[in-house]
Amino acid sequence: MSSNTDINIKKLQSTANIIRQDIIRMLAKAGSGHAGGSLGMTDILTVLYFKILKHTAEQPNNRYRDRLVLSNGHICPVLYATLARAGYFPLVKLKSLRQINSDLQGHPHKSSLPGIETSSGPLGQGISQAVGMALAANMNKQKHHIFCITSDGEHDEGQVWEAIMTAHKYKLDNLINIIDYNGIQIDGLTKDIMPLNSLRQKYEAFHWQVLEMNGHNIKEIIKTLEKAKNIKKPVAIIAHTILGKGVSFMENQYAWHGKAPNEEEKTKALKELEDAK
Amino acid sequence: MPNNNSKNKSTRDGFGEALLELGKKNKDVVVVSADLAESTRVHHFAKRYPERFVEVGVAEQNMMGVAAGLALEGKIPFAASYGTFSPARNWDQLRISVCYSQANVKIIASHTGLSVGPDGASHQMLEDIAITRCLPNLVVLAPADFNEAKLATLAAAKHLGPVYMRLTRPNSPIFTKGKFAIGQAQILLPGQDVTIIGAGPILHEALLAARELAKQKIKVEVINCASIKPLDKNTILRSVKKTKRVITLEDHQIIGGLGSAIAELLSEHLPVPIKMIGVKDQFGRSGQAEELWEKYEMTHPYIIKKVLEILKK
Repeated sequence: MSSNTDINIKKLQSTANIIRQDIIRMLAKAGSGHAGGSLGMTDILTVLYFKILKHTAEQPNNRYRDRLVLSNGHICPVLYATLARAGYFPLVKLKSLRQINSDLQGHPHKSSLPGIETSSGPLGQGISQAVGMALAANMNKQKHHIFCITSDGEHDEGQVWEAIMTAHKYKLDNLINIIDYNGIQIDGLTKDIMPLNSLRQKYEAFHWQVLEMNGHNIKEIIKTLEKAKNIKKPVAIIAHTILGKGVSFMENQYAWHGKAPNEEEKTKALKELEDAK
Repeated sequence: MPNNNSKNKSTRDGFGEALLELGKKNKDVVVVSADLAESTRVHHFAKRYPERFVEVGVAEQNMMGVAAGLALEGKIPFAASYGTFSPARNWDQLRISVCYSQANVKIIASHTGLSVGPDGASHQMLEDIAITRCLPNLVVLAPADFNEAKLATLAAAKHLGPVYMRLTRPNSPIFTKGKFAIGQAQILLPGQDVTIIGAGPILHEALLAARELAKQKIKVEVINCASIKPLDKNTILRSVKKTKRVITLEDHQIIGGLGSAIAELLSEHLPVPIKMIGVKDQFGRSGQAEELWEKYEMTHPYIIKKVLEILKK
């Protein structure tokens, strides 16, 4: 059993590595976009799409699917690459990110691509939509889960807290909010821009169950997400992540929040990722 | 003019009645409220269908997002508040969560125009048409009376896609003819000298003006343009081809409102003299609806004055 598990973990790690390389290539080709958050959330997105979510790429609108709402839309390169690797659309499309006549818009547009549940970009909006989806699932007596991804900086938006209150009021035990907690936002460190601590206590005060995980430990991500699905309350997972994870010169550098690599940086990044395989 | 005539009823009450009817007919119809259920008249629905009523508290941004999420799952949510809070405070959510995704949300604003009255400028939403008709995928409706509000509510539910509907607080005369379709204007009164195009309960002032002008042998054509977007280009152009003079009338800022929409159409297709009646780049203030319409020069004597001015052109 354990050796099987180890093989699966290895496979997921390798998939995440490939997706990271996709992200580097996409962003370098596009010449703009958000590298840091995309690389930081790659392990979690990989586990979601290749292990946790109930979904079928061939039937992106299947009503029994688990929903994934990407509230911090700027990290969509990781979502696009993961969806492509999961079979939602041809890999060749990834090259068209942010270009004219492409379906891969700079920020996600619901109607443009299969597998995109909502449009996002302005922060704070996804979590409210996830609450609406969770309410609809309850009204329809459906059993699927709604996973939402938000960022730590996004919690500066008041709308997030409005949604958090609503989730508690309606006891949305089908809602799981994964917080990309890398401590960095566009202008600098979250603790300097707008201190968020203590996020766990804040969520707990709003009557959510809070879990924490290392957002780069595949085994821990699987365990935490599985646990979250069985909690009879809205769950916040504080995912401790490293902005730019996997590329040494991007890691923890806020300059890489909203930047794409140039040709030289691309080559260097791909080599590092290839070596880590 | 809103007055104490016992036959008068408000457009928000028309909406509230139609919503109850919809609730019975279609179980996908749901309501999202931001703590103004009675004022917006969704309380009838809430009482009858509590399992389809979502109360998010005083949180309009979240209301719009929750409504979008419900719509993306196949529900037909009516998100109701005052215009000053929704779509004003949550315009970003309307733009991205609703319009960009073509989420099937019906945004209902119960308190628009100076006719809100004593609550004053903060609560008199005078810019909603301007900020909604510029959004892609969004239908914009402004029913003129109780009956039309009922019909517009039913039409909004049937329409697949986001709809904004502007409603009013006070009781007002009922004068429409029992027909409504999105994208269609109604000729309330035929005439050939001047076309008055208006929307909302204030249109009754145009009918009063037309009655007075008829005594002076001036025949005014009055068009009810409840569907502000899409505009009924054919009906408007046909009328203006005949009269060659236009007055627009709305309880809204002149900048960006119905008059602007008409001017956009006519300046491109049929340039003619236009005079616009509405709020002239000012905030409102406290007072009774009829006092405010008088103070802001929107009642029938002012309409008559504008008609006589434009006839000299």
